[in-house]
Amino acid sequence: MAGIFKRFLGKFFRNLFKKKKDIKLGLYGPPNGGKTTLANKICQDWLGEDMGSVSNVAHETREIQIKEEITIKHKGRELKFNLVDTPGIATRIDYEEFIKEGMKEKEAKERAKEATKGVIDSIKWLDDMDAVIVVLDSTKDPYTQVNITIIGNLEARNIPVLLVGNKVDLKKSDLKKMQAAFPQYELIGISAKFGKNMDDFYETLFKITK
Amino acid sequence: MLTFQFVPYSEIEALSSIKRINKLMKLVKENKIILLEGKLKSHEETELIAKTMEEIDGKFRGIELGVVHPESKDNMLLWHKIRQTLIDALLGDRKGFTIIGPASIIKEIKNDPEKIQLMIEEAASKK
Repeated sequence: MAGIFKRFLGKFFRNLFKKKKDIKLGLYGPPNGGKTTLANKICQDWLGEDMGSVSNVAHETREIQIKEEITIKHKGRELKFNLVDTPGIATRIDYEEFIKEGMKEKEAKERAKEATKGVIDSIKWLDDMDAVIVVLDSTKDPYTQVNITIIGNLEARNIPVLLVGNKVDLKKSDLKKMQAAFPQYELIGISAKFGKNMDDFYETLFKITK
Repeated sequence: MLTFQFVPYSEIEALSSIKRINKLMKLVKENKIILLEGKLKSHEETELIAKTMEEIDGKFRGIELGVVHPESKDNMLLWHKIRQTLIDALLGDRKGFTIIGPASIIKEIKNDPEKIQLMIEEAASKK
């Protein structure tokens, strides 16, 4: 109870002194959902540059990355925000998985260590977000506890959520199953890699951040 | 051999969030699969994940977590919805159950709304 009150007070005072232009838009989700690919797509569309590196090996993003003052112009409206790309949240990190992907033991252990710190940072940053895009791989089972925990925490903090089902270009993509798992949210299916359905994505982004 | 440890909600009810998480983490690190009556609060779930990350080393690879928490359905009759709301108010976080286990034993928890499935690591099942 004291924790909830402390968080509420913290958020209240942060909001009190925050200017509208400082909107922090977070990208959250499990590893390999395509958060950085989407961050790159947004940055390419509006800044003409990438935000971070992407890889098929999980936990490529191990530090919080921020791109400041992105301005989206859509149908005569304008939205200015700082984009925060976060490391994927997981409950397990096994360096041996990285060895299976071809890494040397030392490199794999270092990556695992950095990844654990990254998860902790992602969690710490939750309180600072004004709106969050939850990026899930639409080819994977949406009923995982990590997904439920992320969304439950955003709900409890009253942070607006845009739920994105990424990788709709792949055959196994199942948006219906995702929507059934989280019926309380409007779901936007995109392919960040190929820029599919980005107009709908930006339209919904305006809705949740207004 | 797999060890399941039942933790009644009454055992964690009076504990602070940090103490709850430390208690659960201690059991998981003893290679036990916890069947917790009820569920943790959403911020406690993230704190449990953060604590797990702090504990990960060469031996401890993390946890698997699954929560079964029946929610009221949209197609319920009004009377059933009212009854459900009353039950929710009375039971709070006592409703449902939570499974937490070490990642070295549980490969995956499939948490479909109708059922929960535990995929056990092959090496763990042969021990």
